Amino acid sequence: MMEQSKMAFGLAARDATGVLSPFSFTLRDRRDDDITLKILYCGICHTDLSTIKNEWGNARYPVVPGHEIVGVVTEVGSSVQKFKVGDNVGVGYYISSCLSCDNCKHDWENYCPKMVQTFNHSHPDGTMTYGGFSDKFVVNEHFAVRIPTNLPLDKVAPLMCAGITVYTPLKEHGLSEPGKHVGVVGLGGLGHLAVKFAKAFGAKVTVISTSISKKKEAIEKLGADSFIVSKDPEQMKASMGTMDGILDTASANHSLMPLIGLLKTRGKLIALGGMTKPVEIVMFHLMLGAKMVAGSLIGGVKGIQEMLYFAEEHNITADVEVVGMDDVNVAMERLEKGDVRYRFVIDVANTITISN
Amino acid sequence: MASVNGNGVKASPETEHPRKAFGWAARDTSGILSPFSFSRRNNRDDDVTIKILYCGICHSDLHCIKNEWTNAIYPIVPGHEIVGVVTEVGSNVHKFKVGDKVGVGCLVNSCRSCDSCKQGFENYCPRFILTYNAIDTDGTMTYGGYSDTIVVDEHFVVRIPDTMPLDKCAPLLCAGITVYSPLKYFGLNEAGKHVGVVGLGGLGHVAVKFAKAFGAKVTVVSSSPKKEKEAIENLGADAFIVSSNSKQMQAAMGTMDGIIDTVSAVHPLTPLLFLLKAQGKMIMVGAPEKPLELPAFSLIMGGKIIAGSCIGGMKDTQEMLDFAAKHNVTAEIELIGMDYVNKAMERLAKADVRYRFVIDIANTLTTA
Repeated sequence: MMEQSKMAFGLAARDATGVLSPFSFTLRDRRDDDITLKILYCGICHTDLSTIKNEWGNARYPVVPGHEIVGVVTEVGSSVQKFKVGDNVGVGYYISSCLSCDNCKHDWENYCPKMVQTFNHSHPDGTMTYGGFSDKFVVNEHFAVRIPTNLPLDKVAPLMCAGITVYTPLKEHGLSEPGKHVGVVGLGGLGHLAVKFAKAFGAKVTVISTSISKKKEAIEKLGADSFIVSKDPEQMKASMGTMDGILDTASANHSLMPLIGLLKTRGKLIALGGMTKPVEIVMFHLMLGAKMVAGSLIGGVKGIQEMLYFAEEHNITADVEVVGMDDVNVAMERLEKGDVRYRFVIDVANTITISN
Repeated sequence: MASVNGNGVKASPETEHPRKAFGWAARDTSGILSPFSFSRRNNRDDDVTIKILYCGICHSDLHCIKNEWTNAIYPIVPGHEIVGVVTEVGSNVHKFKVGDKVGVGCLVNSCRSCDSCKQGFENYCPRFILTYNAIDTDGTMTYGGYSDTIVVDEHFVVRIPDTMPLDKCAPLLCAGITVYSPLKYFGLNEAGKHVGVVGLGGLGHVAVKFAKAFGAKVTVVSSSPKKEKEAIENLGADAFIVSSNSKQMQAAMGTMDGIIDTVSAVHPLTPLLFLLKAQGKMIMVGAPEKPLELPAFSLIMGGKIIAGSCIGGMKDTQEMLDFAAKHNVTAEIELIGMDYVNKAMERLAKADVRYRFVIDIANTLTTA
């Protein structure tokens, strides 16, 4: 089989300004169990923004972000079983794990201590990982998933991170049983998908937001059953002790105690947003109602595949604004202000131009 | 001394009920306990009257009598680790007969109709009535086990298995169920699990014993190195690490299925969360009076859980006692006379006890 070019082209941030500019790099060596993709679309996740601006202090410049990747297979290694050339596939937040620890063996590659992130991380051999704001991608077949044929590819890309991030805790914490009352804090990339998935599971959904301006859309477009403004003490009080679970997608620093008050006995608050400051927990309030706060980080490969089939069955896709590679910096600025309904997706294949 | 009942009517503790009772009460935030005459209700159809033999001293008693939780209604007769013998049963009582050895824990009533009550979790009923320092359904105060008798609805009384020594059993009524319940409900009662126990006091030492009886590997995490010998040799823990020893803490990272955190002082959570495997669970049973700091990342990385747990339901309390009898789990106690109780409280405040004081009520509580 003819090996294609080892060069790839994308956008990288070079420093903490986070400004992205053209960047050429070498794809890693292809192995027998690898597939090569031509990237069609890549979603822009808030994690990409936080990373390129070094908000978490872990940026290794130059950073090519992007981990909500949808592409078409252009090449398969000799031992590849899952895919063939021409298949539409997705890749999410990680591209490698040890495959031998308890986490990996139980389909929780996302919790493997040796999990390698799709971008801003290093392969076991020390080379950097570069993400989906680029034209080509090489990945071990284990870590790619099939895109069900009926779903529009641009709207599927955000499911590869945002989708699985909200789907996993709904399933893991018993919130996927019909009739549950699920709260969703924050109505952004994660939040809007949380509403859609929770509704598809048969939950009653209450959106909890800082801004009344999102109410109409939450109810009429996304299908939420109710909407409360977190700064309104009357509304918060009326909802106390009513929710089986809450998905907290808000990444701005905020207190969890008022949200814990909304939970029923044995209710669960799932923290998904990457807050930079610790929160204070009054243990009494957890103890008196047997409540819990859990974290959750994306999901395993099997879970991602299952989530996509569920999304196909229930017609769940992200609400996206498609942008070209040239507009990515503007998109990042708008993302920082929360000015997007609800995910930017880069039309990589049609807008990437290779510069010499 | 008059007390104000829930209806705002002044009634003396001695006269508000028909039966004389005697105990020790705290009158103010000094927490000093002294003899106190009061009264108990008549034995109703569903009630059991208990002559109290022993009562454990729980740290909650101390927090309460000193008004550290700002909810004290003086005078307070504390005590919710009560063991005694039945002296009278009501006409509807089926579970017990006169002469039975029984126990009463932290609850004497609940609504009996909410979802929590119907599922056997009276401890999570929004209208539960605590054994002391609470307002009962008739508007009068509840008085606890530092006293000679108590009258309780049979639903909130448990049988002490015949083989259990009564004095060493008393602390199980609160400390025991408080740690048994989370071990059971968070899947840490399966053989082969690795359970961490943080803090080695009244709750912690019983947690070690129950976890071992369930077949777990137990690691004690403590701030004091001098507890190691006892933890391993006496309580049966498999390992012991000092929380301030970063080498030990690092070596134990990612090894525990669950942690029972019994520490009631403010302490950092992140180093403990690191000890958990992915999707591991930390259950808080100590009740720090100030908030604890929690970085969201400590939970998100590894999908970990921090949960609260509060005592246990009546069905679980009986199950816990039966399990304890089968596996020979009792508390390590220092038996004291009623007269020693104030000194015991001082020592408890300094954690100077291995591991629970128990008051020998029957032999040392004498009417003045």
